[in-house]
Amino acid sequence: MSAGGDGRQHGQDLIRVQQQDFSVADEYARLAGDAADGALVTFVGKVRDFNDGRTVTSLSLEHYPGMTEGVLERLVAQARARWPLGRVTVIHRVGTLALGEQIVFIGVSSAHRQAAFSACEYLIDFLKTQAPFWKLEADNHERRWVEARDRDQDAAGRWQE
Amino acid sequence: MIKVLFFAQVRELLDTPSLTLAAGQDTRNAGALRATLAARDELWARVMASERLLVAVNQTLSDWDAEIRDGDEVAFFPPMTGG
Repeated sequence: MSAGGDGRQHGQDLIRVQQQDFSVADEYARLAGDAADGALVTFVGKVRDFNDGRTVTSLSLEHYPGMTEGVLERLVAQARARWPLGRVTVIHRVGTLALGEQIVFIGVSSAHRQAAFSACEYLIDFLKTQAPFWKLEADNHERRWVEARDRDQDAAGRWQE
Repeated sequence: MIKVLFFAQVRELLDTPSLTLAAGQDTRNAGALRATLAARDELWARVMASERLLVAVNQTLSDWDAEIRDGDEVAFFPPMTGG
């Protein structure tokens, strides 16, 4: 267990689903610890102030404990099968988040930049369509469940061989 | 027994986070379980009829013909929207 989260760490992989925020600097430091890796790519997803043309003031994230971690571990294993990777970190927050807060962190290190870029994009594309997280948006008047988008399915689909 | 879980909008519409059912012919696969739940009343019928409904058997996203055995965990939910 990592500090406070439902953490799982297998060798070079760190996968966490947690309520609390994360520090990009701390996560960068862990990913950058291997001198064999010359490339490090990170992605951070944040709560933005609009969605489908409507104002958003806060976001709640629900997930399926157990399945979520299993899916994320499988996605990381699939990325490792496609590219030579060093360290991989996937952190996703759940609970209620305010505007501008960080939601998700993906970090990948590799000897080569192309592998790091590709694996990072692959992980976020599949996380969005395969990992059991659901967003509930609120503005000052109402709350609504976020609809899945076809373009997210398309983004994941382009990785099929 | 079969443990059945509901998430997100599905859980909210049904006002049910989980339930348990005795394993039998009417729960032999994911589609049969879906039909059994739909037969409860009008609300359950409407939610279970959704074209976008997804099912996971033992925490793995599955097809409607996926077999269900005694002791399994089955979850119903809408398409994922994380990230």
